[in-house]
Amino acid sequence: MTQTTKVVIVNTGCANIYSVQCAFERLGVEVTVSDDPAVIKAADKVLLPGVGSAFAAMDSIRQKDLVGVIQSLTQPVLGICLGMQLMANTSNEKPGSHLVASKTDLVDCLGLIPTQIERMEVGELVLPHMGWNQVTLDNPHPLFKNIEEGAHFYFVHSFCAPLSEYTLAKCEYGMGFSAAIYHNNFYGVQFHPERSGKAGAQLLKNFVEL
Amino acid sequence: MLAKRIIPCLDVKDGKVVKGVQFRNHETIGDIVPLAERYAQEGADELVFYDITASSDTRVVDKSWVSRIAQVIDIPFCVAGGIKTVDQAGEILAMGADKISINSPALMDPELITKLHDTYGQQCVVVGIDSYYNKETGEYEVYQFTGDESRTLNSGRKTADWVKEVQQRGAGEIVLNCMNQDGVRQGYDLEQLKKIREVCNVPLIASGGAGEMVHFKDAYQQAGVDGALAASVFHKQIIDIQELKDYLIKEGVAIRK
Repeated sequence: MTQTTKVVIVNTGCANIYSVQCAFERLGVEVTVSDDPAVIKAADKVLLPGVGSAFAAMDSIRQKDLVGVIQSLTQPVLGICLGMQLMANTSNEKPGSHLVASKTDLVDCLGLIPTQIERMEVGELVLPHMGWNQVTLDNPHPLFKNIEEGAHFYFVHSFCAPLSEYTLAKCEYGMGFSAAIYHNNFYGVQFHPERSGKAGAQLLKNFVEL
Repeated sequence: MLAKRIIPCLDVKDGKVVKGVQFRNHETIGDIVPLAERYAQEGADELVFYDITASSDTRVVDKSWVSRIAQVIDIPFCVAGGIKTVDQAGEILAMGADKISINSPALMDPELITKLHDTYGQQCVVVGIDSYYNKETGEYEVYQFTGDESRTLNSGRKTADWVKEVQQRGAGEIVLNCMNQDGVRQGYDLEQLKKIREVCNVPLIASGGAGEMVHFKDAYQQAGVDGALAASVFHKQIIDIQELKDYLIKEGVAIRK
């Protein structure tokens, strides 16, 4: 791929930044990891990675004074896994939430996509939802260009964005939920494209080409 | 549909992939990075790297290879071996590992599981359990320091009790290594896996005993495990991952193509 696009990964202080960076490098795309507002704002494409808990991640973003910076972005931004969840209005994941799932205990997130992150309710199935699951789309979208319908992507999560008008792609695990969401220039994927083999690499390539 | 996972396990000792039989007599299989790359290309769903000496001789896992693996493979991988603190786990995750697995350190300090959960999230906290069937008592018992035969000891815990406790403390996945079956390729310990499945509400990975393709099918279909881990059948090319996947699909197991 010829590089004309400036891709910046927001250094949220979370893990998995390095694996996202490596995935772009395998595509031949140079990326910059930064928490400098000027560098983030000047990017053509911005990645918001994240693993861990919403509470800890939002805390880190606030400490780095990046909330307003991310909210002001107008170029395409892709949130990955927890990064996607942080794009929502709220999440109900807090420390200890594997023990007590309280619907009312909310973490304020970035409010980029008007949805709420909730703990998954999957009946007899085990959580986290961990492993390779199939992703389907109701309508084609450039982010999923050249990706087979029903392709497997790698998921690891216990919280999800419910199906809504902001759903871009769906997945099924005891319940239907959003595998990808979007609103304006903000995109989020619940799975890990950086760990999803060829399909994941194609999605990252599509994002760079948006 | 969520696919069942096929997970090659690479035991690492002094920076090389090794394989022992029932935790002894380690022979060198090859270099880490090319093997990892090969398995990813052949269709492995995930990889686990165990530094088998780390816990028993008090070193932390030699980390330089973690970032080299992250650079070349595009499937998830887990690193195990001697991770005793939240900071050590963080370093390994920052080098590109998707999960960290703790075993002996969790037995010595169960609170570590909770701390890892609260810092990095449940999804990256794997607890490995070495379980041995004691014929005299008729109980499954948890062992620790299994990387070094001279230091291996009974932890005094029953396997099912420990499985319940680690979940309560925030473990996101359990790898159950059935020691009686390890390295002998006679099949996974289905009886034990079924019992543990009943008390395990997080993903359960079978480990120890894979020798033929049917062993994987039995573990998924009879014991209901989410993934099956194996080493020698892949290292020695007794089972080809793509053939295994074709076979499992034909047998009606949900598998990623």
